[in-house]
Amino acid sequence: MSTKLRTALVPYLLSLPAALWLGIFFVLPILTILGVSLMTGNSIDGWTLTWNFSIFGDAISTYATQFGRSFLYGGISTAVALLTMYPVAYWIAFHGGRFKSVLLFLLLLPFFVSFVIRILAWQFILADDGIILGALKDVGLIPEDTHVLSTPFAVVAGLTYDALPFMLLPLYVALQRIDRTQVEGAADLYASASARFRTIILPLSAPGVYAGIVLVAITNIGDYLSASILGGPSTTMIGNIIQTQYVNNADYPIASALALILMVALMAAMAVYARVFGTRTLQEHVT
Amino acid sequence: MGQSGEREPESPTGQSVRPDLLRGLTQPRFSRRRFVRGAAGLLAAGSLGGAISACGIAGTRDTGWKDGFDWDAWWSEQSKQGTFDFANWPLYIDRTKDGSPTINAFSEKYGITVNYRPVIQDNATFFAQISPVLQAGQSTGYDMVVISNGWQLTQMIKNHWLIPLDHSRMPNFKRYAATSVRDPNYDPGNTYTVAWQSGITGIAYDTNNIDREINSVKDLWDPAFAGKVGMMADDTELGSVGMLALGIDPKTSTPADWERAADLLRKQRDAGIVRQYYDQSYIKALQQGDTWISMAWSGDVFLSQQSGNKNLKFVVPDEGVMFWQDNCMIPLHAAHPVDAMMWIDYFYRPEVQAPIADWVWYISPVPDAKPIIAGKLDDPTVADSPYVFPTPEIQRKFVAYYDPKGVEDQLKWTSIFDPIIQS
Repeated sequence: MSTKLRTALVPYLLSLPAALWLGIFFVLPILTILGVSLMTGNSIDGWTLTWNFSIFGDAISTYATQFGRSFLYGGISTAVALLTMYPVAYWIAFHGGRFKSVLLFLLLLPFFVSFVIRILAWQFILADDGIILGALKDVGLIPEDTHVLSTPFAVVAGLTYDALPFMLLPLYVALQRIDRTQVEGAADLYASASARFRTIILPLSAPGVYAGIVLVAITNIGDYLSASILGGPSTTMIGNIIQTQYVNNADYPIASALALILMVALMAAMAVYARVFGTRTLQEHVT
Repeated sequence: MGQSGEREPESPTGQSVRPDLLRGLTQPRFSRRRFVRGAAGLLAAGSLGGAISACGIAGTRDTGWKDGFDWDAWWSEQSKQGTFDFANWPLYIDRTKDGSPTINAFSEKYGITVNYRPVIQDNATFFAQISPVLQAGQSTGYDMVVISNGWQLTQMIKNHWLIPLDHSRMPNFKRYAATSVRDPNYDPGNTYTVAWQSGITGIAYDTNNIDREINSVKDLWDPAFAGKVGMMADDTELGSVGMLALGIDPKTSTPADWERAADLLRKQRDAGIVRQYYDQSYIKALQQGDTWISMAWSGDVFLSQQSGNKNLKFVVPDEGVMFWQDNCMIPLHAAHPVDAMMWIDYFYRPEVQAPIADWVWYISPVPDAKPIIAGKLDDPTVADSPYVFPTPEIQRKFVAYYDPKGVEDQLKWTSIFDPIIQS
């Protein structure tokens, strides 16, 4: 083998493990899902590939409400998580002092308990005559028939609650990385506190914001547990539909099609988002 | 700190256009060469995917035993193996800290080790676990499983995935089984199944919040209880109660009836009467006061009453009450079928059934267990409970579920009722 050829091959050989990993764990499953979604049949007779592309149109028109609702709930919960966790992360990174690790640990402590258990606990806490609503009703602050469970609010609250650590950590890392001398320099040049925040801290923490939003939005839009445990008659998210179609009804094509549509929609949303927000910042954060 | 030299200098003027935005809008993302390379990769992956998807997915038809198989001859060749694997639902047998007394007594009496596994959480999930194994012609590892009557059980039977029971080995079933569990519509002649326990889906309500008498399915539609009515998320249960409210017998119903029931249920939901479509958690919602009135399973309500919720009341509505059974069956390729048959025969004895019924509190398939619970076990609460030993008046109100004719039929049902639950 000539040296030239070998040199040319080296980058490909070096990327082989990564390519294999992607191929086996991403490309292959995605193509399988695509294949299944284009099949028709039933659990007894089996499914055959009939290139039934119309399933995508049908799936979108049938479940447009649930798709829209998933993005709405996912979007709101992501925004709320960002707005609540940014000040927390900021405070820990800039004013946490030697307690930084302890504070982080304390914030993450509840998340050592299984997600399902924590959501079930919310079911108890938010019960109609439970410790919060019951007490408020007893003192007459809210009407007797108020309820929180089985409402969109409860679902979004559940989603937000579970998103908090996934938002906090990337924000904290980004804020922690900010060179304090830049902030001090700005102060020396008579930049006001709000100007320092706007022009230095916020832009430099952008990678964390970006990563937090991506992590939380993708997870929450596809979530089904919060809706199934805290939701009511009209809070079904697309994840619930996929789960029912796959497990209860064994309707693999529609479940696969819905999963694919969700993935493509998420990728499109992320692509737009990345374009607007800048991929460079993401790369900086990831590498 | 992560200071990379290439960071854009900050504009001292506080510029309006962000540099990263500008960069993103102006710089090309992909060079042509990268695009061509990517396309080649996609093409290779695509042909691979084509190869996979061309196979299709095999169905379950003809994956069970062949028509005309001589089961009598097969049974005559089987013998006791001394061990027995049993999959059941949680909290469905008597239990002490030394295990189940009933199982221990069985092991001692017959020298059979029982591997009792309470692994079944719901029918659909359990069926999804065992069906690929059975489809591949392999043993599930269980000699007996417990599945409710419903679509999954129908498939087990239609796919020939169950071993027909050897009726010569279960004289106690013939002798002691209640009439209500003999010859069910989904398994004529008890060819494949016998009841483990049964139950009824009626109405439970909270007497603290509702002071009038509840006696009709239609009370679930009462606007006075708006936002406080619990319905079940199971489409079989939901559709059936919808038909009861219309005076239709679910067993002989047609798709047109299903549509009518669905309309009625949709109205109930859109009027804000339904609080939520619940799974097993409906009972917690009732106890917490989230709901005042709810579709409910008899045993849960009885258990809840005994554990202090005296304000809950279970009613068998005038229109009838859905009667369901959890059934024991022997899956195909079971390794210890004779031991499983010995268990069936054993557990239909009244003296064996009594402690189980006294512990489980669902409807016992053996009415003769009643005097034993009242006498030897000295537990009149259970013995006199109409939820464990239903009176003839209640039994007359038992209504059977619709038994789907085939997969299209079942999909029709789910396509009508699922959109109500998941809206």
